[in-house]
Amino acid sequence: MSAPATESGAPVRGGPPLIDVADLSKRFRVAAGGAGRSRALGGLLARRKWVTALDGVSFHIAAGELVGYIGPNGAGKSTTVKILSGILVPDGGRCVVAGRVPWRERVAHVAGIGVVFGQRSQLWWDLPVVESFDLLRDVYRLAPAAYRAARDELVELLAVAPLLQVPVRQLSLGQRMRCELAAALLHRPRLLFLDEPTIGLDAVAKLAVRDVIRRLHRRGVTTILTTHDLDDVEALCPRVLVIGAGAILFDGSVAELRAGVDRERILTVDLEHEVREFTSASATVVSAAGRRVVLRYDPARIATPRLIEEVARANEVRDLYLEPQPIDELVARLYRNLELADQ
Amino acid sequence: MTLSRRLAPYRGVLRMRWRETLQYRVAAVAGFGTQLYWGLLRLMVLAAFYESGPAGATDFDFEHVVPYVWLGQALLGLFPMRLDNELADGVRSGVVAGELLRPIDLYSYWFWRMVAWRLALTAPRCLLMLVVAVALLPLVGLGEWALGAPAGGAAAGLYLLATALALLLGVAVTATLLSLMFWTVSSEGARYVLPVIVWFGGGLVVPLPLLPDGLAAVLGYLPLAGLMDVPFRIYTGHLAGAEALLRLGLQLGWLAALVLLGRWLLARGLRRVVILGG
Repeated sequence: MSAPATESGAPVRGGPPLIDVADLSKRFRVAAGGAGRSRALGGLLARRKWVTALDGVSFHIAAGELVGYIGPNGAGKSTTVKILSGILVPDGGRCVVAGRVPWRERVAHVAGIGVVFGQRSQLWWDLPVVESFDLLRDVYRLAPAAYRAARDELVELLAVAPLLQVPVRQLSLGQRMRCELAAALLHRPRLLFLDEPTIGLDAVAKLAVRDVIRRLHRRGVTTILTTHDLDDVEALCPRVLVIGAGAILFDGSVAELRAGVDRERILTVDLEHEVREFTSASATVVSAAGRRVVLRYDPARIATPRLIEEVARANEVRDLYLEPQPIDELVARLYRNLELADQ
Repeated sequence: MTLSRRLAPYRGVLRMRWRETLQYRVAAVAGFGTQLYWGLLRLMVLAAFYESGPAGATDFDFEHVVPYVWLGQALLGLFPMRLDNELADGVRSGVVAGELLRPIDLYSYWFWRMVAWRLALTAPRCLLMLVVAVALLPLVGLGEWALGAPAGGAAAGLYLLATALALLLGVAVTATLLSLMFWTVSSEGARYVLPVIVWFGGGLVVPLPLLPDGLAAVLGYLPLAGLMDVPFRIYTGHLAGAEALLRLGLQLGWLAALVLLGRWLLARGLRRVVILGG
């Protein structure tokens, strides 16, 4: 079998893809939001309407990839993940994960995947962490020796040894998230779904979790990371899939995402004097206050050295910072374009 | 894969839920006070009833009533008077989908989880209640109201079997109700109605043999009788021999029927979740 290319033509690292999704579609029936009296009459008058969650989603993911899966709320992210993990049946399309159709062979399928929900714990709140691990040994029917080896390895990798005897309720969110990751990996899954694993974490804990995800990636664990934290994606994921209104809008690297959506950059200029009035022929003034001026420009229209030269000629410049557009803004723009196209 | 390995998840959840529930010992002891109070109250009412009523109107004597009441109070936690809120809320909010991510049979997993919960709720109170009902009451001059030994060796053995079946039967009742949560928005209704039905149908309000004959006969064939009435009457010897075996068979039959019903409902409920989305 030859290695197929992804939709965007991104190369697949050898062999058949671990995940093969083509033309996946799913509609839900939801109660139409009639308020007040029609609501009060309940079931008799309940109007229902169809909402399209997925509308022809296609992608391939090769073994060992770490893919960021992003999109606005309601775009179809969790619907996709539910289908991939075998707990939701699509209306149409193809979905094969590790040679299986997830929902047809649910039990065999879920034995080979790991899932972490940032907003939901799989650990038993009132009991020491290690007891939850022991239960997972039983749930996945692991041989004692294999379990001990996996557990010891993960305990070291995630630095959770001092936490094992602590009741889960006493852990900080960051500590708990590391334990959640260990719990999701005890049965050595081939495929890992991470749903908002850094939500609510402080900076230190967030970096620690990212470090762990990176190490797992290096060990060859295939990972799909769904998140709203685009810094996570930028820091971790060589490849990103953007979904919007039930369709894949983008499939490629973060750098390509930047190039495709918007090439503009931000130049911040600190002046030696207070800004009175600032105009620029070749850049847009985002803000000008105090001693700081923020400019946005398109490097295709004016080369960066020329813009700097132009600014320095007219002003006494103390310092300059050049940065790409924050990824949040890029993606927000992508989502907005999408909404406009939708109308 | 060996059978033992295959059953590991259910053994595991039994162990976990047992340990987790035992964390709340204070609640267990607090509940004990109430149960003791109710036990004494029920005995007082029934004692007054026997003293004022015509003798020989029933073959269910006061000597039968005493163990019937104390066992009921000691084993109250075994009976399906409430749902495991965590599970009920889980079905309602869709958290149950998370359980489908495990390579397990969900019904069995729920079932043994609830068995452990009921056992752990019951064990501490049961021990305390036995100490009071067996040893303490004679010391304070209430020897007549104390819990005596079972009616014999055979009765003791059958009693243990019937109590084990009652535990499983109770869990099967709640598993069925839990599966119905896929179709209802709230478990409030079940929460209110369940205790009333179980108390009355199981014989906790009035021992079933003291009810009018027709009513007692009908209730005797319903699954609720198997929860309390059957084991307690076996203990006292009021139910023995072939009749006792018949009642045990009935318990077993209801257990099988309820497990099948619960599994069927759960499978349909899950299909709704999996196909329609939770």
